[in-house]
Amino acid sequence: MHWELHDDRPIYAQLVDEIRLRIVSGTYPLGERLPSVRELAAEAAVNPNTMQRALTELERIGLVHTQRTSGRTVTEDAPLVLATREALASAQARAFLERMEQLGFSRQEAGAYLEKAIKEEEL
Amino acid sequence: MSAILECRALTKRYPGVKALDAVDLSIEPGRIVGLLGPNGSGKSTLIKLACGLLVPTSGEIRIAGHTPGIESKLAVSYLPDQSYLSDWMRVEDILGLFTDFYPDFSREKALEMLQRLNIGPHSRLRSMSKGTKEKVQLILVMSREAQLYLLDEPIAGVDPAARDYILSTIITNYNPTASVVISTHLIADIEKVLDDVIFLSAGKVALQATVDQIREEHGMSVDALFREVYKC
Repeated sequence: MHWELHDDRPIYAQLVDEIRLRIVSGTYPLGERLPSVRELAAEAAVNPNTMQRALTELERIGLVHTQRTSGRTVTEDAPLVLATREALASAQARAFLERMEQLGFSRQEAGAYLEKAIKEEEL
Repeated sequence: MSAILECRALTKRYPGVKALDAVDLSIEPGRIVGLLGPNGSGKSTLIKLACGLLVPTSGEIRIAGHTPGIESKLAVSYLPDQSYLSDWMRVEDILGLFTDFYPDFSREKALEMLQRLNIGPHSRLRSMSKGTKEKVQLILVMSREAQLYLLDEPIAGVDPAARDYILSTIITNYNPTASVVISTHLIADIEKVLDDVIFLSAGKVALQATVDQIREEHGMSVDALFREVYKC
């Protein structure tokens, strides 16, 4: 799986975002064991300490748990994952509205563009 | 002292130039550190002082508490910027050389990594491409259980795929009690594998910070910051 990392933000924050996305999208299913820090670091081609820091942050949020014997697992807290997914969706929607505002469109106009795009996709 | 590498007022003068000018720095265990700077900023001089290949003009440098000497050399695994291996040697000759010289050298580990690259023990250095030679040397250096790995320009002059291989070799051989120092001016390629960066400029430490600190504070990559700081 490809890890896309950009230049303008801290690497650990981008790793948190990517793993969170993989959890809410089901790529890493609920309760499943995560690859080790070393495996994840090698896969993303990043420093293991940076990956460790990202996983610690995900633990703090509650999306990931450390098991004493079997490494790290994805949380089994389905409502939390659902809430995270909804929060990400809202953030996307707000970002879209902001972009449209920069282009000079009102909220209603932005909504109309969205509907138009959906209809075009359906065709 | 817990630092693996420590310099205090370290100065090295060559006739007419101060290659290093009163450098203070300290590197903790478990870090992958980028030693960055333009040509002539003192990167190789610092590494050679740490290996005991050069003697400081003044000041001091300690590796795991030792001044450079027999004990420090056992703790340091060094990849020079120029090869010291002879072209006529076969891989098995070099493995023998490393086994004889370094008690912490793991022949099995080296063979396993070489095998993954399809480099047989009978191949001669002479018959290898520049990139393959560099990979062989890196494998040898990373197959030691050292406390400090000093890699002088390990990725210069190899193609991007070989570069990725070299970086992943460094990450996967990472040991939490050892540190790796990588000198280079190709920052963009190695930025993601580094914990810390040290910018050298005209023999002085211009900046020492973690990669994510730089990105947080400046909102740009280490590579972009470097280009801004060292703009010609």
